[in-house]
Amino acid sequence: MEFTLITLLNGLSYGLLLFLLSSGLTLIFSMLGVLNFAHASFYMLGAYFAYAISIQLGFWPALLLAPLLTGLLGALVERVGLRHVRRHGQVAELLFTFGLSYVVVELVQLAWGRSALPYAIPAQLDGPLFTLYSTAFPAYRGFMMLLALLVLLAAGWLLKRSRIGMLIQAALTHPQMLEALGHNVPRLFTLVFAAGCALAGLAGVVGGNAFVTEPGMAAGVGSIIFVVVVVGGLGSLKGAFIASLLIGILQTYAVALDVSLLSALAHWGIQIAPDAVGYPLLRLTLAQVAPVLPYLLLVLVMLLRPRGLFGLRD
Amino acid sequence: MALSSWRGKSLWLAFALLLAAPLLFAQSAALSILSQCGCMMILALSFNMLLGQSGMLSFGHAVYSGLAAFASAHLMNELAGSSAAALLLVPLAGGVAGMLAGVVFGYVATRRSGTALSMISLALVELVAAAVLMLPAWFGGESGVSTNRVLGMPLFGVDFSSQLQVYYLIAFWLFVSTAAMYGLTQTPLGRIANAVRDNPQRAAFIGHDPRQVRYLMFMLSAFFAGVGGALTAINFEIVSAENLSLLRSAQILLFTFIGGIGYFFGPMIGAITGVLFSSLLSAYTRGWQLYLGLLFVLIVLFAPGGIAGAWIKLLAGWRQMTLRGWLRLAGGLLTAFGAVFLIEMLYRRAAIL
Amino acid sequence: MSDQLHPPVLELRNLHKQFGAVRIINGAALQLRQGEKLALIGPNGAGKSTLFNLISGAIVPGSGELLLRGREIGGMTPFQISRLGLARSFQITSIFPRLSVVDNLRTAVLAAHGYRYTFWRRLSGLGKVNYRIEELLQQCGLQAHGATLAGDLSYAVQRALEIGITIAGDASLILLDEPTAGMNRDEAAAATELIRRVSAGKTLLLIEHDMDVVFGLVDRIAVLVDGRIIACDTPAAIRANRAVQEAYLGAVEAQQP
Repeated sequence: MEFTLITLLNGLSYGLLLFLLSSGLTLIFSMLGVLNFAHASFYMLGAYFAYAISIQLGFWPALLLAPLLTGLLGALVERVGLRHVRRHGQVAELLFTFGLSYVVVELVQLAWGRSALPYAIPAQLDGPLFTLYSTAFPAYRGFMMLLALLVLLAAGWLLKRSRIGMLIQAALTHPQMLEALGHNVPRLFTLVFAAGCALAGLAGVVGGNAFVTEPGMAAGVGSIIFVVVVVGGLGSLKGAFIASLLIGILQTYAVALDVSLLSALAHWGIQIAPDAVGYPLLRLTLAQVAPVLPYLLLVLVMLLRPRGLFGLRD
Repeated sequence: MALSSWRGKSLWLAFALLLAAPLLFAQSAALSILSQCGCMMILALSFNMLLGQSGMLSFGHAVYSGLAAFASAHLMNELAGSSAAALLLVPLAGGVAGMLAGVVFGYVATRRSGTALSMISLALVELVAAAVLMLPAWFGGESGVSTNRVLGMPLFGVDFSSQLQVYYLIAFWLFVSTAAMYGLTQTPLGRIANAVRDNPQRAAFIGHDPRQVRYLMFMLSAFFAGVGGALTAINFEIVSAENLSLLRSAQILLFTFIGGIGYFFGPMIGAITGVLFSSLLSAYTRGWQLYLGLLFVLIVLFAPGGIAGAWIKLLAGWRQMTLRGWLRLAGGLLTAFGAVFLIEMLYRRAAIL
Repeated sequence: MSDQLHPPVLELRNLHKQFGAVRIINGAALQLRQGEKLALIGPNGAGKSTLFNLISGAIVPGSGELLLRGREIGGMTPFQISRLGLARSFQITSIFPRLSVVDNLRTAVLAAHGYRYTFWRRLSGLGKVNYRIEELLQQCGLQAHGATLAGDLSYAVQRALEIGITIAGDASLILLDEPTAGMNRDEAAAATELIRRVSAGKTLLLIEHDMDVVFGLVDRIAVLVDGRIIACDTPAAIRANRAVQEAYLGAVEAQQP
């Protein structure tokens, strides 16, 4: 029982982190029409910046400064690069962000090397939050969940209640009208892009020490958040939320389960010989398959409901 | 400019170059690079069937060449002890394997279009790449599947043990594939795919089913990717998970785009450039991947037509180039040199620390 | 008149479509006979383009019946409807910018001649297709621009190409959405002449604001106001119709200070 609860909580914290990332991605897609392939690179930069700042100033200043830095960098990228490329079409924009992601990985390796960095959880947050029988739930995971929820609630409040939020909502659906009314829509675009990147950077600050800080971390999480937004429905925040939690919980559960089709069949009395054709496939345990479950989910959703869970019809 | 005679003459020139290249670059290392170029040219051309011709940005092209490479390696292991003549047909088998994968995965990928299609193709390559490592019985695990292209009885004294002989095999299949892919652009499907690329909505209102067109192009592209993959397996005699990784897909995409997706021969230029970067340049500097990425980003930003596009523009307008234009070009080159210098210094510094 | 043996080419029965809370099409009814030329007019925002989108399959009707030669087409995809012999043009030019004019026309002709997925035959060998392309170039006055990329053409020539692509498939029911939009008097006259030529013997449904174009081309006029057809009659009768006058003049009165 405690296994289920702890795994659920772990899955939730991972899912919320995914949503922190994919919400920024969805916002940028809804507003600018481009899927920011470099989004996971800003996640990585957030972690690396946080590491660099934390060894000088400590974790808490890093928590504040690293997302600001990534946001500023995002604004620069949008202003100088994306805006320039926009006139060549959607494919060109996607290719630009793709090239950017490629270059950022190389630059990070140039600056910090190829091996994982010792970016550690701060002492105050290390250790268990509470213990259920014999399983402990890490305090840092709880902190991650709290932070993600607070940030997302604040962002949601900002969108719904503030003037700038109202402008952003209007620009999401009627950018030309807004521009005709005299608002600086290109600047709004830059702001939203920067905010999305800042969110990614924040996710990196807390994800980098919870998981790992290395050059491969962008690729690891990047593909997953693209799965999240497509499964949830491109442009739907609600879809991104559901899909993030679904994938977070699914993966966390699967990693802990050592069952395979082979063991299930054996449970029902069916034995398969090792030299049977499909044996290597049947032998795989859920724990081994866990890393690709999001992709399998995507294939399933694309076959059954091509527009995603909450997406608009293609 | 009389384009048709120009095209005809350059075709014969290209064919002649293809045959004569080993005479100019006789060392084994150079032949190895030429062989890699040949394989990559087929892969890039097949990729451009999707991007340049049909408007599909796929991040998962390596799935089809990679799976075909594995299939070819297994096939060659099965054929060991037969005759060298069988090797001539292995690329064809690779093509079929690639196409089968294209039929299966393409069905899922082409359910959508645009950005969603790109993301699905990304998920597919991650899925297949991970699956390959999970099934060592079929894919050899970390070390991959090794094979021997010397299948047995020589054919007119040729047993494909030397790089020169492999080069001519690759050159043959390069010529055949290029001719086939070019021929495809001159068929109804080729033109309809272009229309679907430009304006899928209008194409539908005219009576074409954009999804079926994309699916078909996907399958055909996967066939030629399979041919390229099989030749890779023959060339290197080993196939591993790296052959169908996202990195390999990204390389094919980078090379093709750098060459120029708007022209048929653009990807071929890109393939040569890419192989030179990864095989030659990598010996001189650790930063070759950074340079490749920067070149790609610069081309996306300033020369979306790629090297081919820039070349055509230059040929058409170099006489009209003003002094300002030449100064700007010189300035750009100086900045590039400066950047390279800076990057090399940074890499030296990083190596010392 | 129509009967069971010869159903009208196009029939709309109590057609409804709403977007959110807004009822764009509110019980539209219309019958189009074989060979007839009908103009659809109405104030801006009445739903004319939406009606075209419903008929051509771009959007799905909310409720009601949409019949093409007696066959229900509501819910079919655009390419399915196109293959049943319906062709439409667009108010905002929708062509293939990176293809030449010849290739633009060719794409439409290929579909009509059944060459949809053929990759084993060369384009140069398709005699009937190439002949039809030549014919179209002549008809639409595009001979001089055959090899030009469609994206590089001037606006008026693009509109001619727009019509050319629409009629290339020899569809028997043609829908033209403001074909003379953005044209000056001379260009509009030339376009009207072109439309008259190419729609000879075919059924034509036309959205137009330019009354000179309308009166010269059509047998009947249908007036769409607030999502319903309030009148459908000969041009002379429409001119004298009270309800139509109110719909237009009422709008004019509202605009006067």
